Amino acid sequence: MQVEKNITIKIIGYYIGKIITVLGILQLLPLITSLIYREWTIVFNFTISMSISLIIGAVLVVTCNSGKKRKVDWSHGMIIAASSWFLGMLLCAIPYYISGNYLSYLDACFDVMSGFTTTGVILIQDLDHVSNGINMWRHFLTYLGGQGMIVLTLTFLVKSTSGSYKMYVGEGKDEKLLPNVISTARAIWYISVAYLVVGTLVLWIIGIIIGMPIDRAFLHGIWIFMAAWSTGGFAPQTQNILYYHSTWYEIATVVFFVIGSFNFALHYAVWNKNRKEIFKNIEIQSFTITATFLTLITIAGLIKLNVYPDFISIFRKGFYLLLSGHTTTGFMNIYAKQFFTEWGNIALVAVIVAMLIGGSAASTAGGFKGLRMGIIFKGFIRDIKRILLPESRIQIDKFHHISDVVLEEKHVRSAMFIVLAYIATFAVGTLGGVFFGYPLSSAAFESASVTGNVGLSIGITVASMPNTLKIIYIIIMWIARLEFMSVLALVAYAFFGVRKKWLR
Amino acid sequence: MVALKMFLASTFTALLLTNGIAGNSVTSDDLINNAKDFDKKEIVYSGEVIGDIMKRDEYAWINVSDGVNAIGVWATNEEADIIKFTGMYNYTGDVIEVTGIFNRACSEHGGDLDIHANKIEVTKKGHPNVAKINYLKIIISGFLLILAIAINIFILKKKL
Repeated sequence: MQVEKNITIKIIGYYIGKIITVLGILQLLPLITSLIYREWTIVFNFTISMSISLIIGAVLVVTCNSGKKRKVDWSHGMIIAASSWFLGMLLCAIPYYISGNYLSYLDACFDVMSGFTTTGVILIQDLDHVSNGINMWRHFLTYLGGQGMIVLTLTFLVKSTSGSYKMYVGEGKDEKLLPNVISTARAIWYISVAYLVVGTLVLWIIGIIIGMPIDRAFLHGIWIFMAAWSTGGFAPQTQNILYYHSTWYEIATVVFFVIGSFNFALHYAVWNKNRKEIFKNIEIQSFTITATFLTLITIAGLIKLNVYPDFISIFRKGFYLLLSGHTTTGFMNIYAKQFFTEWGNIALVAVIVAMLIGGSAASTAGGFKGLRMGIIFKGFIRDIKRILLPESRIQIDKFHHISDVVLEEKHVRSAMFIVLAYIATFAVGTLGGVFFGYPLSSAAFESASVTGNVGLSIGITVASMPNTLKIIYIIIMWIARLEFMSVLALVAYAFFGVRKKWLR
Repeated sequence: MVALKMFLASTFTALLLTNGIAGNSVTSDDLINNAKDFDKKEIVYSGEVIGDIMKRDEYAWINVSDGVNAIGVWATNEEADIIKFTGMYNYTGDVIEVTGIFNRACSEHGGDLDIHANKIEVTKKGHPNVAKINYLKIIISGFLLILAIAINIFILKKKL
């Protein structure tokens, strides 16, 4: 029994070590950015942080090396995914904290988890004076989190395919674009990097046209693209997207975050010239229906309260923010307080529902996911048909997701389980907010935002909020992004480990 | 006496809200939280210019932060040209006082909350900030980097 436990620890330790090593190597990007801009203090901060990650990663790889050749089972995959995200948070917060931009290490950890999970709520101080190196790290973390840390490690550092799929699923993704999971991980990165090049170029040009200096337009272009594609919602200025005062910048970001919220399997199908998939896919249909319906409700709410002077303004704010919430991006073109003081309950409820539904499965987005909404809806229609049609008639229902799939009871049950888990998590977050004295509507809005990994804020998420609420939000972001199973496996492993020791 | 005090206080408040707040500087929180009260009125807002001055034909966008929020100011290029420093890493921007019309949801700019400047004055000049080099940090980073490289070379050589 003890031997088996040691083997488990070695397997987990070995792969976590690899993932942490990758996180260390990745800090070269912000380090080089700081070098180019002569931000010497930040250069040393990243050298310290990068070295710590490389040392811890290496120590784990050396001490747990016997785990390398062992078979990775489902529980290992889940625990590796959950623990590497948690440990990654602690290590990636080091440069944030020693840069002096955070009031506490907890705040730095909060922002890292917000980035990893592509949520986008922030506790950083004096964002308008933050270095280019730290800004590069903030946006790169969210880009990395969107594609998946484990996806990246599988791409570059893991040669064996054994057990890779279990780690990949542990990170909340289960689509195989190609038969081999490592090839799938590589395909995800190729797609993301190709879009990064095109998106940065587009935003760079727009940035120059709207009056930004060439180098600043480039940096803002790459950062905003990373945040848009990853449906992260970070921005280098406190005003978020409002900073640019540009319709073109808003249009470009809408296009990028909507595309970013689509399933990687759909991207891969389109890249392989299967363009019909866009119109047939259940997730796109589901997204189109919910986005249209909720936009109309938002606009109706804004018109009722006469919030904006003309239809263009209503559309620009209402449509943008609804889609930003629906795709779980969290880009804002109004001030957080304006949601509370001006938008009214009808529009707020529409945005809350959109944030909870979220984007597509196996994408950078969070929330229940369009695939599950579509499956539950189809299951609901099937049940109604069963009541209305004669018992002797055999009804076969299908849904289209890359290929035609026969709708089975297990699909509906599994979709319902995840949706119920999200609703329970949302309720816990809302209760937490209310417990600390925030109004119910505000607590519900902020909770929906962290549960759906969205990032829109009504003003609760600030550095002065209670530490306990920060911890609750960190756990919610983490558990929701990994879609519950990995974190629950880790908790169960820790619980049974402690229980065994207690019984001994 | 109490009634007289209440009468004077309410009269003063009403005068403030109906005749504009010219001459009295307002904060970004005042403007965002009570946007309807200040809408289309002349206000005076002060803060540090941050980020980029984005010129659009004859006008420019200047983002001005009072330390809590930053608000977009729409000004002529002539007015914008008096600003020499903008706030960013290693730079403190000029502090300016903007007198202008506050818009809760500007119809000219797609519903943005903004200020259309009538007058801009630099009240405090900005400057570059030189970061002090922390030698202890250099030593620690050098030591950790050498250690990290050594262990990872060992791993690569042993193919672990």
